[in-house]
Amino acid sequence: MAKSHKPVVWFPFAAGGTVIAFCMPVIVVLGFLAALGHVPSGLSYESLHAFAAHGLGRLVLLGVIALSLWSSAHRLRCTCYDFGLRADTLIATMLYVAAIVGSAATAMFLFRI
Amino acid sequence: MKERLVQLDVLRYNPDTDTEAHFQRYEVMCQEEWVVLDALNKVKESIDPTLNYRWSCHMAVCGSCGMMINGEPKLSCHTFLRDYPGVIRVEPLTHFPVERDLVTAPDDFMEKLKRVKPYVIAKQKKPIEEGEYKQTPAQLMKFRQYSMCINCMLCYAACPEYGLTPHFVGPAALTLAHRYNLDSRDEGRKERMEVVATKEGVWECTFVGACSEVCPAQVDPASALQQLKIVGSIDWIVEHLLPGGKP
Amino acid sequence: MSRRPLIREVPPASWFFRHPRYLRYMAREVTSVFVGAYCVLLVIAMQRLAAGPIAWQEFLVALRSPVSIIFHLLAMAAAFYHAGTWFNATQKAMPLQIGENFVPGSYISGAHYLVWAVLSLVVLFFAGVF
Repeated sequence: MAKSHKPVVWFPFAAGGTVIAFCMPVIVVLGFLAALGHVPSGLSYESLHAFAAHGLGRLVLLGVIALSLWSSAHRLRCTCYDFGLRADTLIATMLYVAAIVGSAATAMFLFRI
Repeated sequence: MKERLVQLDVLRYNPDTDTEAHFQRYEVMCQEEWVVLDALNKVKESIDPTLNYRWSCHMAVCGSCGMMINGEPKLSCHTFLRDYPGVIRVEPLTHFPVERDLVTAPDDFMEKLKRVKPYVIAKQKKPIEEGEYKQTPAQLMKFRQYSMCINCMLCYAACPEYGLTPHFVGPAALTLAHRYNLDSRDEGRKERMEVVATKEGVWECTFVGACSEVCPAQVDPASALQQLKIVGSIDWIVEHLLPGGKP
Repeated sequence: MSRRPLIREVPPASWFFRHPRYLRYMAREVTSVFVGAYCVLLVIAMQRLAAGPIAWQEFLVALRSPVSIIFHLLAMAAAFYHAGTWFNATQKAMPLQIGENFVPGSYISGAHYLVWAVLSLVVLFFAGVF
């Protein structure tokens, strides 16, 4: 049996898992505050737009969203298998394509800013 | 000494007469400080000599007496009756074919163990006059924990991925591959990675972590497998993305 | 004597009810559903942000629906559970040997928790929460 190319999907999964662990809780907390009606000043159009317009800010947003998407897609693929869904190739293709499309869309939106 | 009437529900299977396994209840007087294996021995001596199970050392070093005790993979010589107040359910290790009663067939594990070459592979054998292969304490500590495996197969019984995809090389064999990869005297890493870094190898692991929770020798196979994934990924990058890497 | 071993199949869609540790594992894996869904929300947020101040304001208002609040609570639980399990695992994936001995695993995980806390506070500060 030949060596597997799994690192191609696993490495970004591991990187994304780390990004989710460090960044996602605080992002969801900020979103939750907005959902409760206490929009933090950082989520106002002016501040967020300024952040996203900056090269570094844009890169951070894209990196966090793209890696988190990929990591979730990969983990969801394994979860489907654990729930007894055996069409792994189909599920994997769908989820990875969805993650790539989401990342590409994010990049497009960010470059419009 | 305090005694207690212990009730055991033991899974029985006779390949000559049965098509299904069934539970049989035994009630046996045991001493308070006994282990489950003692209770089974008492049953075999005084109630039912047809009961089959494996055991040897009675001190958690040989790894023969692994069985499911109340659904948990355990060494029966290391599982104290005092920790189990009610009826104790005893079954053969899950994920392995049942040969007879509590005896399982370890063939699959043995084949996988051989496949990962769990021994030091030195390219050039030193002549005896040159003395022994030396190792510093730090070099020893690097892999020592992973060398404590007693091949009891509890981790295979605990690993759901092995149960779902039986071709998975599995925790203990991969951990031993890692153990020899980490050994400063060894030069066989490349050969082992040909087995470890395949789809059937470490990439079948989803880090459930059950292997480490049930290990009676504190080996922590889950950690070895996570490290192997990182090693395998770095290998892949070197082989495919760096100039001069093997195609 | 010929062998006739008994093969016991693993139920492919219900095996995780066999032991609480498998349920804990599945809980960790299922966080990906909520985290993934939240990522989709973030993609939408970027689209709204790019569409201008009015679109962004509408997006913020839409966030205040009861469904959104419940979704945020679920996503928050998932994100925190993911973070905990992830940081606890760092000591297994990246052990650190200094001299002969390994640094205790709790130090490695603990350092991750510390960085996480500091980073989160910094983000909250710059987002104007306090």
